[in-house]
Amino acid sequence: METQLETHVPAGVAYRSLRARAIGLLGPLTVVAGLIWAVIQPYRLTLLHPHHQGFWWLVVEPPLLVAAAGVFFSLAVARPLIADLEEEHGAAR
Amino acid sequence: MEPRAEFVHWLFASGVLVLGLIMVAQAIAGQEVWRKRRWRVYLWPSIAFGLGILMWPVMTFYTNSAIHMVAHSTWAQSLMVMGAAELGLAKGRLTSRWWRLAAPIGLAVSGVAFLVHEQNPWFFARSAFLHHLMGWTLVASAIFPLGLVFRPRSSFFRYGFGVCVIALSIMLFCDRDVAAVFGHLSPLAGPPHR
Repeated sequence: METQLETHVPAGVAYRSLRARAIGLLGPLTVVAGLIWAVIQPYRLTLLHPHHQGFWWLVVEPPLLVAAAGVFFSLAVARPLIADLEEEHGAAR
Repeated sequence: MEPRAEFVHWLFASGVLVLGLIMVAQAIAGQEVWRKRRWRVYLWPSIAFGLGILMWPVMTFYTNSAIHMVAHSTWAQSLMVMGAAELGLAKGRLTSRWWRLAAPIGLAVSGVAFLVHEQNPWFFARSAFLHHLMGWTLVASAIFPLGLVFRPRSSFFRYGFGVCVIALSIMLFCDRDVAAVFGHLSPLAGPPHR
């Protein structure tokens, strides 16, 4: 089958610089670290078994705090920073 | 209703972790790209300043001894001075590069406060071990912001600073009120809990 349609992918979008990739990985790696901690020490996730837990044990769950830090960093810092890096990379090309 | 000290340590560890990630991201991106959006320049100094402010309630409510109060006050003041100096530099209100000395001095003073206020030996309990470790880490990591005073564009010093801050957050996450460290727990420390 042949087609005349062609999708143009801008070079600046298709190419992600090494720096952008590294910054993009920081948040997910942090989330993974939090998840690994949750698997190794499931008793720190009191939400999984909330009966007879005190207030602070339910509010402060360290593996979730690590994952939340990673999510916050990815959305609030990494995403706009990667956009700027790619914009600069696109302009440089 | 007052949370135990370990909960407070974990909450601060989250803030310190975000701070470290931001510093490493800044090192990777480079100064030109980092400064493309004005708000980003204020990001880590604001977080450092905010953590300093939040340290004051900790100083108020967790003063089980005078030396603890002095140590918590020192950390609060160090973080606030460090954050304020960097905010002033970012805004352009402060122009002398010597204001950058606030960060290494703040780190070194904070480290000394850790070491001085920990009265027990390294293997007394996990908290004692971590106090010693964090103290020496802070003292040693002061070399990175000190390097930035003289070489502000150095990626090496910026990476080093960020990695040390992340290491500090991991140490804070490892903290427990009473727990063993490498199998050692003094009977004087009390019964361990999860």
